[in-house]
Amino acid sequence: MTTARARPRGRKLAINRLRERRPVDAQAVDRFIERHVFPIVEGDRATFVYRGDADEVLLRHWIVGLPSAIPLRRVHDSDLWYLVLELPERSRIEYKLEVRRGEHREWTDDPLNPRISHNPMGQNSVVHAAGYEVPDWTQPDPETRPGAVTDLVVPSRALRRDCDVALYLPARFRPSRRYPLLVVHDGGDYLRYAAAKTVLDNLIHRLDVAEVVVAFTHPGDRLIEYPDDAAHARYLTKELVPRLEAEFPLVQRPSGRCLMGSSFGAVAALSTANRFPGFYGSLLLESGSFVFTDIGNDHGGGPAFDPVVKFINRFRARPRRVVDRAFVTCGVYEPLIVRNRSMVPVLRETGMDVRYTEARDGHTWENWRDQLRDGLSWIYPGPHKLYYE
Amino acid sequence: MTVILLGPQRFRPSVRNTVRSLEVDGPVATVTAGWREREPDDAELDEMLDGRSVNLRLYRRRQDVMQRDAEFAAAARERSDTLKELHTVYVLRLDHAIAAVSELVLRDIHAPVAASALDDAIDAVRTLDARHLELVGEVHAEFYDRTLPHERDAIVEHRTAVASALQRCAAVTIAGGHIGALLWCLNLFNVAPALTDKAVVAWSAGAMVLCDRIVLFNDHAPDGRSYAEVYDSGLGLCHGIVALPHARRRLRLEDPVNVLVFARRFTPAHCVVLDDGVRVDCPDRHCCAPGTRVLTRDGRVEELERVV
Repeated sequence: MTTARARPRGRKLAINRLRERRPVDAQAVDRFIERHVFPIVEGDRATFVYRGDADEVLLRHWIVGLPSAIPLRRVHDSDLWYLVLELPERSRIEYKLEVRRGEHREWTDDPLNPRISHNPMGQNSVVHAAGYEVPDWTQPDPETRPGAVTDLVVPSRALRRDCDVALYLPARFRPSRRYPLLVVHDGGDYLRYAAAKTVLDNLIHRLDVAEVVVAFTHPGDRLIEYPDDAAHARYLTKELVPRLEAEFPLVQRPSGRCLMGSSFGAVAALSTANRFPGFYGSLLLESGSFVFTDIGNDHGGGPAFDPVVKFINRFRARPRRVVDRAFVTCGVYEPLIVRNRSMVPVLRETGMDVRYTEARDGHTWENWRDQLRDGLSWIYPGPHKLYYE
Repeated sequence: MTVILLGPQRFRPSVRNTVRSLEVDGPVATVTAGWREREPDDAELDEMLDGRSVNLRLYRRRQDVMQRDAEFAAAARERSDTLKELHTVYVLRLDHAIAAVSELVLRDIHAPVAASALDDAIDAVRTLDARHLELVGEVHAEFYDRTLPHERDAIVEHRTAVASALQRCAAVTIAGGHIGALLWCLNLFNVAPALTDKAVVAWSAGAMVLCDRIVLFNDHAPDGRSYAEVYDSGLGLCHGIVALPHARRRLRLEDPVNVLVFARRFTPAHCVVLDDGVRVDCPDRHCCAPGTRVLTRDGRVEELERVV
């Protein structure tokens, strides 16, 4: 585990104390490796370290504002490489190391860092800055009574396929009660990489979030279905939600219907609400891929973003109130931060009640996981004010 | 009638000594309906009451009524939906009214203007609170007029059983939990009129429910709505009090502005701090004993010096 400590004023970084030693031989490096947890986080500095034969070692990351590849330096003539990077408080950063040996280049996780984050593309190493802690409500809690996830198949004429849905019912689900509904885009990824079930179980148990029924949807081709696709919007609004409202005790009013998504999923949520204004009461949008242009078509996102840009440009030109409330969040280290910041006043000027938060994180599932408490508790507040034990 | 309000019982239980101090004989009725599904898990409470407890099982009775009387259950659900809508509208308006109060506190406004502006802004919140309470009352009245609970077999049966159980008890304890469930059960089975000749010991939500107004609060709300909300009328067995269990944990008492706004909003009622170990005696429904800690209109938490 990475330990993050405040660095006493004037105290040298651990790596600099090592560099001042002569000689820095294999035994000295061994001791250095044994004595530290990597990356070494000291105050607002993180020291990344690689040990091994290499001709070049680069830190690869996705932090907007920094060069995407930053070279590590060798400690004297040893096989130890290092890089000291500014790491603001409460940051959480994913990275890889690129190691070059001759002409051969290899991207690898940091072998000295056991902390790994998983995502649909694979995995990355993770460093936590001072002040960042994995929220305890993202971890399984033996005192929490778990909800249940069951699989449904919803035949869709709109999408011309059978759509799989993982339906979450909260613990102590009772047909005699009425529950709000949350529809989640990229549901499988939210369950797998953002611990969505654990998060829901815990937040409901802790009274932070209302008991809620959640439909985790799975896209076909998300690059087609998510950027303002009429069929997708029709599937959710005319097929999925009506079926769920017919079969389960749901609120059946806009205030009890929320669409949620991250990245392209957030575009899908917003564009679906835009196609059916007033049907949904709220949106939870994480790191939305809200790419737009103010003039011309050069958005730099590639063909996949063409329909996104078309939709967002149109929405920005004539913004309208499509839901009552929208929770918007984005990581400050991701390229989409400027786009998301730009969308907030546009959404607000329609009269929607918008809550906007930022995290010192990137375009990652663990970032989206960490924002769920703020988002869900704002959209569907729990009954914490009703309990006085 | 004696009413004693206690602080939360989880970490510093005092109910045993409090009930013993009443020197009443015979069984002690208990209400644990706020625990909802855990209502029967009262072994520890029974032990504290020296094995004399008679749990009125109000929550289970309510569930039985709902199962047996589908028409009443449907009407209750409808009422619940209406109350939720009312709450949504109340909170929407409260958001803005509280924002005005907060903004006035933050702005550097010329002193004489600032004071009256703040008073007016708090008055606007008080008006909103009063109107909400009125509307909630109207919803309840319409519900009872329409459903006539006193003519429904299942309810009459349980009311009779509860009244009979209460008749044998000289004292009643009301535990905390979910304030909504607790209030609903106490009202449904008409418990309040039967308490007039009893000693009542209540804590947490149980204490809140005895007051004229039930005020919900949590300054550390994860949803950002950290302001207090008026929830409903209580049983009115403790006049002039707003009960604040877990005040130290749930309120920012170190912030004088927060405290003074809270106190002024609910004046002339005393906002009574009910933290662990606290005991507040209200011997004739109207008074708080000296030493009771309350929020003051100038932003402090102080002990009352005289009976009020």
